[in-house]
Amino acid sequence: MKTCLVVDDSRVIRKVARRILENLQFEVAEANDGAEALKSCKEKMPAAILLDWNMPVMDGITFLRALRKEDGGKAPIVVFCTTENDLAHITEALTEGASEYIMKPFDGEILEAKFSEVGLL
Amino acid sequence: MTPEDIEHLAATLKARSGLILGSDKTYLIESRLSPVARREGFANVSALLSALRTKRDEKLMASVTDAMTTNETFFFRDKAPFDQFKSDILPALAKARLSGDLKVWCAACSTGQEPYSLAMLMDEAKPQFPRINLDILATDISDRCLEKAQAGLYTQFEVQRGLPITMMVKHFEKVDEMWRISPKLRSSIRFKKLNLLEDLRSVGRQDVIYCRNVLIYFDIETKKRVLEQMATLLADDGCLFLGAAETVLGITDAFKPMPGMRGLYIKNAASAQTGARRTA
Ligand SMILES: C[S@@+](CC[C@H](N)C(=O)[O-])C[C@H]1O[C@@H](n2cnc3c(N)ncnc32)[C@H](O)[C@@H]1O
Repeated sequence: MKTCLVVDDSRVIRKVARRILENLQFEVAEANDGAEALKSCKEKMPAAILLDWNMPVMDGITFLRALRKEDGGKAPIVVFCTTENDLAHITEALTEGASEYIMKPFDGEILEAKFSEVGLL
Repeated sequence: MTPEDIEHLAATLKARSGLILGSDKTYLIESRLSPVARREGFANVSALLSALRTKRDEKLMASVTDAMTTNETFFFRDKAPFDQFKSDILPALAKARLSGDLKVWCAACSTGQEPYSLAMLMDEAKPQFPRINLDILATDISDRCLEKAQAGLYTQFEVQRGLPITMMVKHFEKVDEMWRISPKLRSSIRFKKLNLLEDLRSVGRQDVIYCRNVLIYFDIETKKRVLEQMATLLADDGCLFLGAAETVLGITDAFKPMPGMRGLYIKNAASAQTGARRTA
């Protein structure tokens, strides 16, 4: 089973994402912000990361830059999932090594399509 | 809604768009026609239907027909018909034609996602085939759909269905809360209103036809008539894409399936030297 780390400061979003991802046969881990996510990755690199942008303590893009410097940190496939929906944010995310980008609100169909687009399914 | 109203509606739809309503579609009629009834100032759908029966109002019949079409579509729908185009069909036809126009016809383009997907693919493949120009004709019976297709303006939900983010970044710009496809791609497609029940000769010769997810709504005679007209328009080495739930088998022998490529058909009488076949 592949693991996916869901990084979002909203418990509701994490719960929704978890339900969709578990249906897609992922083992799901959760983090409330970028710092927690980094800690979780240091313990165990997930195959995929679903990543919010705006979060307390450490935001998504800062986390992504830090992750890519970690040992094995280039491996996880990162899919942003955020309300930031302008080209500047999307381009920055892709430049920093995100593979796909979901603009909230999202549903199971979009998440599944994006994950299959990047070869996770 | 009286049975007579529904029967009359069914006959109108079949004659105008080929749509077979099927039995027990009260819910579908209600949900699709309520907005029309409201817009046209009728108290409810029943009132609209009886007016349709007694008045023979051309404009009203056209809006009802339009509203009853199913327009569901998305970018790169089913993937395979686009992957096959890029990996097999385009190289084969480019080799056979050497240069000039390759004509592609999206015969029920709905709100434009299918032709725009092809235009984006061609934009990517262009450096490999610098002498080939993809001439895309996109037609539909629905004015409402064509208007939207031509505007190339999509909701956030629509640009997230099937469209890889890199393609969105490359070809779309954000306009308020909507996303608009680039003028370059918009101008690379000719949008035109066309009813598949009509004489299709005005479409002219085509190399590739996408006729996906529209024949399912027709009866077998209509399917046969449309397919056989398409066969006469299609170049001998051309090919036809149907939707995942559609086939030519049992309908006409003008086409036959391409072995190993689901949804792809070639002309039955085509010579052994066809571009599409060479890739098999
Ligand atoms: C489900 S959509 C298919 C869109 C696209 N080809 C796809 O596969 O995603 C079907 C389209 O067929 C159009 N249509 C229905 N009857 C038609 C007719 N008689 N002539 C032309 N188009 C028709 C409808 O307006 C609708 O946009």
